[in-house]
Amino acid sequence: MYPKEFEYASPTSLGEAVALLKKMGPDAKVLAGGQSLVPLMKFRLASPKYLLDINGISNLEYIKENGKFISVGALTRHHSLERSELVKQKLGLFSETASWIGDPQVRNNGTIGGSLVHSDPAGDWGSAIIASRALLKIQSARRERIVDSDHFFKDTFTSAVAPNEILTEIRVPVPPDGGRSAGAYEKLERKAGDFATVGVGVQLTLSRNRKTFEQAGIGLTSLGPTNLRGKKAEKALVGKNVSLETIEEAGTAVSEEVKPTDDVLRGSAEYKRAMARVFLKRALTRAARKAGASGV
Amino acid sequence: MAVSAIFGAKVNRREDPRLISGTGTYASDVALANMAYAAFLRSPHAHAKIKRIDAEKAKKLPGVVTVLTGKDIGSKLNPVPCAWPVTGADVKIPKYYPIAVDRVRYVGDPVAVVVATSPYEAADALDAIVVEYDPLPAVILQEEAMKKGAPLLYEEVPNNIALHWKIGGGNVSDAFSNAEVTIKERFVNQRLQPTAIETRGATAQYDPSTGMLTMWVTTQNPHVHRLLLTLMTGIPEQKLRIISKDVGGGFGSKIPCYGPEAVVALLAKETGVPIKWVEDRHENYVATIHGRDHVQYVELAGKKDGTITGLRVKVYSNLGAWLSTAAPGVPTILFGLILPGAYKIPNVECEVYGMVTNTTGIDAYRGAGRPEATYIIERLVDIFAHKIGMDPAEVRLKNFIPKDKFPYNTATGLAYDSGNYEGALFKALGMVSYDNLRRELQMLRSEGKLVGVGISSYVEVCGLGPSSVVRSTGFALGLWESAIVRVHPSGKVSVFTGGHPHGQGEETTFAQITASELGVLIDDVEVIHGDTDRIPFGMGTYGSRTTPVAGGSIVIACRRIKDKGKKIAAHLLEAREEDVQFDSGKFFVTGVPGVSKTLAEVAWASYGAGSNEIPSGMEPGLESTAFYDPPSFVFPFGTHVCQVEIDKESGQVKIKRYVAVDDCGKQVNPMIVEGQVHGGIAQGIAQALWEEAVYDEHGNLLTGTLSEYAVPTAVELPKYETTSTETPSPHHPLGLKGVGETGTIASTPAVVNAVCDALSPYGVENIDMPLRSDKIWRILKEKGISK
Amino acid sequence: MSKKPMSVRKTSRRSKKIWVPEVFSQKTIRVIVNGKEYVRDVKPRLLLVDFLRDSLGLTGTHVGCDTSNCGACTVILNGRSVKSCSMFAIQADGKEILTIEGLAKGNQFHPLQQAFWDNHGLQCGFCTPGMIMQAYWFLKENPHPSEEQIRWGIAGNLCRCTGYSNIVKAIQVASEKIGVEQMQVEPRKQRMVRRS
Repeated sequence: MYPKEFEYASPTSLGEAVALLKKMGPDAKVLAGGQSLVPLMKFRLASPKYLLDINGISNLEYIKENGKFISVGALTRHHSLERSELVKQKLGLFSETASWIGDPQVRNNGTIGGSLVHSDPAGDWGSAIIASRALLKIQSARRERIVDSDHFFKDTFTSAVAPNEILTEIRVPVPPDGGRSAGAYEKLERKAGDFATVGVGVQLTLSRNRKTFEQAGIGLTSLGPTNLRGKKAEKALVGKNVSLETIEEAGTAVSEEVKPTDDVLRGSAEYKRAMARVFLKRALTRAARKAGASGV
Repeated sequence: MAVSAIFGAKVNRREDPRLISGTGTYASDVALANMAYAAFLRSPHAHAKIKRIDAEKAKKLPGVVTVLTGKDIGSKLNPVPCAWPVTGADVKIPKYYPIAVDRVRYVGDPVAVVVATSPYEAADALDAIVVEYDPLPAVILQEEAMKKGAPLLYEEVPNNIALHWKIGGGNVSDAFSNAEVTIKERFVNQRLQPTAIETRGATAQYDPSTGMLTMWVTTQNPHVHRLLLTLMTGIPEQKLRIISKDVGGGFGSKIPCYGPEAVVALLAKETGVPIKWVEDRHENYVATIHGRDHVQYVELAGKKDGTITGLRVKVYSNLGAWLSTAAPGVPTILFGLILPGAYKIPNVECEVYGMVTNTTGIDAYRGAGRPEATYIIERLVDIFAHKIGMDPAEVRLKNFIPKDKFPYNTATGLAYDSGNYEGALFKALGMVSYDNLRRELQMLRSEGKLVGVGISSYVEVCGLGPSSVVRSTGFALGLWESAIVRVHPSGKVSVFTGGHPHGQGEETTFAQITASELGVLIDDVEVIHGDTDRIPFGMGTYGSRTTPVAGGSIVIACRRIKDKGKKIAAHLLEAREEDVQFDSGKFFVTGVPGVSKTLAEVAWASYGAGSNEIPSGMEPGLESTAFYDPPSFVFPFGTHVCQVEIDKESGQVKIKRYVAVDDCGKQVNPMIVEGQVHGGIAQGIAQALWEEAVYDEHGNLLTGTLSEYAVPTAVELPKYETTSTETPSPHHPLGLKGVGETGTIASTPAVVNAVCDALSPYGVENIDMPLRSDKIWRILKEKGISK
Repeated sequence: MSKKPMSVRKTSRRSKKIWVPEVFSQKTIRVIVNGKEYVRDVKPRLLLVDFLRDSLGLTGTHVGCDTSNCGACTVILNGRSVKSCSMFAIQADGKEILTIEGLAKGNQFHPLQQAFWDNHGLQCGFCTPGMIMQAYWFLKENPHPSEEQIRWGIAGNLCRCTGYSNIVKAIQVASEKIGVEQMQVEPRKQRMVRRS
């Protein structure tokens, strides 16, 4: 398995990168961690004429808190997110999601931005950004724009990032403090490192008395043509009592709104639908407990 | 370590220093000057006529040396041979060419080969070849393939039935008509992809001045490989040298000789440059043999007291698109004979149909036939026990061949050498405190948990094998093994073995055997294998045979050396030969302990060969070549116990505990025995729970990469609790039995029995492997256990 | 060094001039592998694993799949474990690589190598270099791991022979025997900086 010939550039600044992209046109591919792209190139399922390696752009790899957001540079490795104390403290959903991606070597090299732009519905990050209602900063030679997570995934393997653009930053709203916010990621996989059979990311904020769900974000993996928001399930939660019954209702709602397809190796659509419910309930229960709820 | 203690000791492996430092030599590590790279264009269709191949554009690409099609090769290569036309069976061996000529028969069938100066350029050239196909209907499943009107693969194989074989003993119809209880089941023993982590490959170099062709090949049996390559290429055996130093796992998949290897040999000869070819993983998955793939219709007859009286088995075996080297022997000889397992079942009948289909060829995969047989009997025993309300352990005990009945002749014609089946069972049950465990599981069940325990008591026939028996089954060669033991003038020792260990550790265990026999330090023994120009003709490593059979040949060679040494020592010591004894590396005269000659002194004398050194008329030198033809097979056995819990909501199976008691007779190196058992268990568990080669209806292999084929990681597999009992083989010079496959044979039914036990309160009798979570969930849902 | 004289060398972006880097169809790269510097011409599509094996002759790093699943090709690149089949050699320009061949100190095995040997942590040995390199990185990250953590730590490395038990044991033994400081191989002269 050997890729086709291509030409390679390694810009050291974002300006250079987007200028090059503009010149190269649609035959260019941006190389970040390469954990999906390189195998695709080896199978010759992707054969870009130009490969634009953005790993030399040093200021795209960061995790920092600025005000209402935690900003994550698109080149940040999964492993950095898994280990970051800041992320652990304020964005448990992100550290959990990171730990479920691929395997340790993949997490060492794969990047959050690369994974998102790849837009594989089995990608775990998509659910995390949806659940957390993150914003995505996208740069072209002409302009910078911000897309919200609900408008980021266009279709299977197609994101909002145009061929002349680069995803530069993921801005995650810092959940309300006071220990009443928490997130969780639950994943069913055949074996460690496999593509998700189903995955569920949740980000919850409970009321101050921990009795009701104040905010709920739910992102779903491998349950449709792209990562999906569990809108009905969110609706089943917000403003309702924190109880097993409410969680059960959210589970029922999610199993009705997902759009999985049959997978000969990982399970039928029916199975995935059922597992969406099971794993959502698990994620919700765990997140609610982390946020200080009792009785769930 | 004291020489006397070397046999049976946990000696660190001698193959490891090179392997842990990255200095081993696997076939793909071979690099030669001016080497060019071959790559095969393979069919995307499961069945099609080749209308036209246009390679002109490819030939003009930079770096491309040549492109050959099946037509270009023509009669330069003979069809891929099959070495086991089973006697007594109706076997039809179709002509399968190294590169397809006018028709492709599976996705992955080679249609052209490219040679280029780099593997990257070779890959580019593959893309530039245009092939026009005329697709034909394909048949994937064996039961479909034998139906009237099914697409036919070969004119010479009517109804696609390439194999039909029967065996039996006793009176099965009486057993069934008199039975108090009968069981009838359909089991599917799914298709598996062997997945040695090293894919296959070959590098060939031709020397026109001598006519010598040297090939570095991934093989488990260099001489067998050479012979088969000679048959395919016409290169005489003495002009063909096969070298195989380190091999990255085989599990059966590197026993067969494959067409591309012959093509690489031909290319080296025709182009005059060394040719290298290494499979990629996808290629490995579509073009290297698969294993198992049985549909089994099985019946058991028994009494209400738990006695098993009869067994009737009808198997439809998928052979894939060609008859690979040992393919016909796997679902017949290696399967049918061991069907009664550890039990005294007087009436047994087995009929096997083997079909060619538009899929990758199927041959021996770790265990080869014996896992398929053990699965049948061990699953049936559990289903039978459940039906009559007896504990599965009790049914096993009731039917075991008692330890005082060995040697024991089975209804299928095997003579089991030795056994203590109840001993292993009791030990395993003791390790898990079986009675307590049952009570504990009962309690957990009452709390709503899905928990179960499964037992598997197996017997393996291995140490293949006594040549007269093996030949009578139709195998092309005897299965003796060879050794040369050479004591050098300095007293140091080289051992040349026809076995070809590739992970099994015999570089170490054979040094232990030799050191122990000759009373020398293990560091003074070198074990050499894997080079047809250095070793005597040998049969190689597979079928749990190397330690018992190749080890046996080494023992015999060592003992002949000692016999000669005694004569020399007697001459040197001026004693009568019958008064000379050998112990711990010294020849001494009985009753005169102070007077002795060391092996080194005797060796020196043997090479000096002066009249004061060796008796007149004696040949100089101190070496022996031995061909050990085992008098019979050996029969390792044991009991494995697996405890599982099923996640009620998702159907995921978790192995909570895994206990194994194995008996492979005397152990040369218990550390290595344990390692073999571990690896075998892992592969068996993998079959039970995760692995399955899956085709779509068009014959595309959906599990064609490691992203899709679910080889387990360290996360899924449990910690194994292993121990052993010791029942030596009475007919082996050291009491050895094989152990390479026992784990794979035992573990699969142990796991499935445990899962079915967990679901038995809900009336679940059988689930076909792999026991994937989605499959279990569907059952839980049907039974109303899960939503 | 052959460069493609591409038209995008300098381009204007509105009023502001911006430097656009070269686009290569071949490039001379400098890498330090096991403490030794190598300068080689590579084509962009050359995979790092083929560079190590074929260009440098370091065949201890193996290839077992095409999909980044088996981990046999794992090496350490600037301190992190990577699957060298899933990146290009050109990406390693200016970086430092440690492979299995560089792990021992002279004749003395690294404690991980020794532990694999002592605990029968390998059989055919094909996955072993990748497994050891991954364990090397893992123990630096997590010097005192539990059995469970070790199992997850090598989840990207497939072994078909051992059933993993003895590998896990070997890594555990190695972790107990060595402190973090011993995990460092020879101190490097000077850490090469990433291109910036």
